[in-house]
Amino acid sequence: MTQGKKGTITLTDNENTVSVHSYAAAVGKMEGDGPLGSYFDYVSKGAQLGEPTWEKSESKLQKYAFDMALRKGQLTREDVSFYFAGDLLNQCTVSAYSARESNIPYLGQYGACSTMAQTLAMAGVFSRGNNSYCAAITSSHFCSAERQFRFPINYGGVRPPTAQWTATAAGCCITGTEDKSPYLSKATIGIVRDMGEKDANNMGAAMAGAAYDSLSRHFDNTNTTPSDYDGIFTGDLGQVGSDILKELFIKEGRDISMVHNDCGLMLYDRNEQDVHAGGSGCGCSASVLCGYILPGVESGKFKRILFAATGALMSTTFVQQGESIPGISHVVEITHERI
Amino acid sequence: MDILLEYLKAFLVGGILCVIGQLLIDITKLTPARILVSFVVAGVILGALDIYEPVIDFAGAGATVPLTGFGNMLAKGMREAIDKDGFIGIFTGGFSACAAGVCAAIVFGFLVSIIFKKTDRTLQE
Amino acid sequence: MNITKKEYKTIAKKHEGTSKLYITLPKTFLIGGFICCIGQFFINLYSYLGLDIEKSGIMTTVTLVFLSALLTGLGLYERIAKHAGAGTLVPVTGFANAVVSPAMEFKSEGLILGTAAKMFVIAGPVIVYGILAAFIYGIIYYITGLFM
Repeated sequence: MTQGKKGTITLTDNENTVSVHSYAAAVGKMEGDGPLGSYFDYVSKGAQLGEPTWEKSESKLQKYAFDMALRKGQLTREDVSFYFAGDLLNQCTVSAYSARESNIPYLGQYGACSTMAQTLAMAGVFSRGNNSYCAAITSSHFCSAERQFRFPINYGGVRPPTAQWTATAAGCCITGTEDKSPYLSKATIGIVRDMGEKDANNMGAAMAGAAYDSLSRHFDNTNTTPSDYDGIFTGDLGQVGSDILKELFIKEGRDISMVHNDCGLMLYDRNEQDVHAGGSGCGCSASVLCGYILPGVESGKFKRILFAATGALMSTTFVQQGESIPGISHVVEITHERI
Repeated sequence: MDILLEYLKAFLVGGILCVIGQLLIDITKLTPARILVSFVVAGVILGALDIYEPVIDFAGAGATVPLTGFGNMLAKGMREAIDKDGFIGIFTGGFSACAAGVCAAIVFGFLVSIIFKKTDRTLQE
Repeated sequence: MNITKKEYKTIAKKHEGTSKLYITLPKTFLIGGFICCIGQFFINLYSYLGLDIEKSGIMTTVTLVFLSALLTGLGLYERIAKHAGAGTLVPVTGFANAVVSPAMEFKSEGLILGTAAKMFVIAGPVIVYGILAAFIYGIIYYITGLFM
């Protein structure tokens, strides 16, 4: 048995290709007002989307992203053979509720804010294995996340500067095996890394260690260096986490600061929008990937990029019990040309 | 002039008590819930030691409106209840002292939750 | 991973950033002080209307709780609090906000298990520890009273 490098899976090689057939991003108003606003396929007028509860609003956002990705790829639901979806809410329910009308075999995914990379890697593997279209969808919603993880919307609690703003956004990629850009080249699955951070309001610090670990392993396993890529996009480390990540790499002698950017910093204008250390939530990296990064790779603006979504695998229960917060990061390498 | 001085004293003392809370948030990273609890307990202790009443005499609402005033009210109510009813007062004093505030919060809280629609905070940025 | 938790912590600490006290504290002071002035206004008003000092204090608390509930319902309290920090947290209006906001938020789970059950999810500890502290004081006060 020929063994691959630990944790890294090859999706596109000499015999097979795995690519993103179509993709779409649906976001809320605040995200639409941000610097990437014009890149998104759908911007809602408010966070409610005509639904009575925030949970249903989020589900609807997922459905929008999925339907638009299908339309853009000229597919119907019947063409999709597996449905991978994830979100932040209890037991991954938003995804289950958005999937219940799809009539597609469903696998719920949870990787906190790293879920977009997780679903994308899973969909890529299933596409290659089954030679079919698979959907990778994730979402988050400020109001539904806030009421589950923090405080009621109208509570005047104080947010520390390290806190991040959960994005109201969803992204959907439909993977297939066509020989076309953007290619899903490789994926490195993250190892759960706990750096001892206990502050649930400082998730950037909880996740930066995991991002450093996964990116390093990806460089090692693929014999590449940061300069081989023209973009390294971390999920949502925010300002605090990004600074930590860059310093970790400089310490090691590999400088990523020339090509690094963070979805949590790209989604909002932090001078104008009150998001503290930046955006977060599964929808943050999902919408930036589907709205900005993938079109860039498809057009050739980016030749070869790494998408490293990061997640803080915490729950309020564990945090209140005094446990530190484990982080994870999955890396997906996406290329304009077949490598 | 007197009335202006009264407002000035309320403003200064109330402001300072809030600043203490903010310093606790910024420096010690105590969560808001812990700060509220600390303020109330501190108020009970200061009230029990008869330290808080002079502050109220000086600052009026500047000392009664912050949650330390709430704590002081609990201590004061406890003392009065025991003076009046003896042993039973230990059990009735606390709740009678804060009855109005808590009842108002419950009633208005319930009414507001019935009447008002939820707020879309993502629109307010 | 070639980095220890301790080394990581030093790096993380460096990038944490702190609240800018010169911005937060003045706003806290001004807004907190202002809320107390509103309280003073109502104390004076109720005294003027003939209530004794104790009753006007109680009515002032009720009035402030009402105003805070109203602002919370309109979605304005949180917007002020964003600037005020502890300035809106420490006054009794902050207590009311802590009761009203979960009552509103969890209405979607029903009036019993949502609104009512979650009403004191934030403010509950304040009452519990306030009553406990007062109870302990009551015991001490009662016992010392027996021997005096």
